[in-house]
Amino acid sequence: MKQTKSTEMLVGMFIAAGLAALFVLAMKVSNLSTLSTGESYQLIARFENIGGLKVRSPVTVGGVLVGRVSAIDYDNERFQAVVTLDIEEKYNRFPEDTSASIFTSGLLGEQYVGLEPGGLEEVLTDGSQIELTQSAIIIEKLVSKFLFDRAAEGGTE
Amino acid sequence: MLEWIRELGRGGFRYFEKLGRSTLFLIKTLAGIPAVLARPGLLVAQLLSVGVLSLLIITVSGLFVGMVLALQGYNTLVDFGAEESLGVVVSLSIVRELGPVVTALLFAGRAGSALTAEIGLMKATEQLSGMEMMAVDPIHRVIAPRFLAGFLSMPLLAAVFSAVGIYGGFFVGVGLLGVDDGAYWSQMQAKVDLYDDVLNGVIKSVVFGFVATWIAVFEGYDTVPTSEGVSRATTRTVVHSALAVLGLDFVLTALMFGE
Repeated sequence: MKQTKSTEMLVGMFIAAGLAALFVLAMKVSNLSTLSTGESYQLIARFENIGGLKVRSPVTVGGVLVGRVSAIDYDNERFQAVVTLDIEEKYNRFPEDTSASIFTSGLLGEQYVGLEPGGLEEVLTDGSQIELTQSAIIIEKLVSKFLFDRAAEGGTE
Repeated sequence: MLEWIRELGRGGFRYFEKLGRSTLFLIKTLAGIPAVLARPGLLVAQLLSVGVLSLLIITVSGLFVGMVLALQGYNTLVDFGAEESLGVVVSLSIVRELGPVVTALLFAGRAGSALTAEIGLMKATEQLSGMEMMAVDPIHRVIAPRFLAGFLSMPLLAAVFSAVGIYGGFFVGVGLLGVDDGAYWSQMQAKVDLYDDVLNGVIKSVVFGFVATWIAVFEGYDTVPTSEGVSRATTRTVVHSALAVLGLDFVLTALMFGE
């Protein structure tokens, strides 16, 4: 079979196009570009209720992504959810009285952990625990509380 | 009645005979692959006809599938005020399902049928027996390069389809319908996982490429050496490949994404 240069050229271009497409899928479409590749350290936060928080949910400070939830566990002794946060090493200066809350992005969006730095001198290190936490807001609870309050108001009038 | 049951039994025998023949054929073909690697020229020529020449239809289909997905998805999402998620909808449907499946169907129609017709005609015109007379194994010389070319081309074609489709969705969504540029990509990157979504899509396309090419070369090699036989074999290639791809897609999806 005769092998012309143009055949080889075309096949080479085809393979290059295929590999480039795979590269685009990996880099531009998937989460590879947002995965933190650098070093990270762990913080632990305990919540009464984590709502719809998932492993790999974002952790933000002032809206900036600083890490992700790496594990969710349940403490059988204290009846609390234990959430391990993977924070990028370059954000290692959170004061000890930093608080963690679970928020929802948008009305029906996914849930994330929001950190709010406090004012103490000492900083949180690898493995330390965030003491001030606020649980996820469960819409059903809010609605039923609102309804009960209304009913109670109506009763006293 | 008895005749009918006997006919059923004969059909069953024929079916298993064919299954056995195709498996033996596959083993022989796989054994012939080292011989192909020793002569890459044969492979390059087949990559040209199977892969490069399929590129046009794959690219155009990918572009239009992406554009249609964006249009349709937008209409639904805008009711919920969630048109920013358009990128997620388009990319997940393409990367997980439409990319591998539509590419495999087009591949069976464009390249598979051509492979069957070519090999079938070689058999009908006794070129394959001619090769055997000259002590050239037609499996090494004709079948294995075509099989390998199809197997290698399919994942690349599917990747091109997916990438082009996502850009097609981008053009319609961002350019035409006014979805935010940044939201299109960032929501996509937040929701599409490299391993769970992209890699599983690639695995699907590898499996489909293997099956579709296997069916194509086997039907060609196994054809009844008449013009009618070749025409039937070509039809069977397209029908069987499409059915195999769709059936396997369900199984693979259940394995990969079913909890």
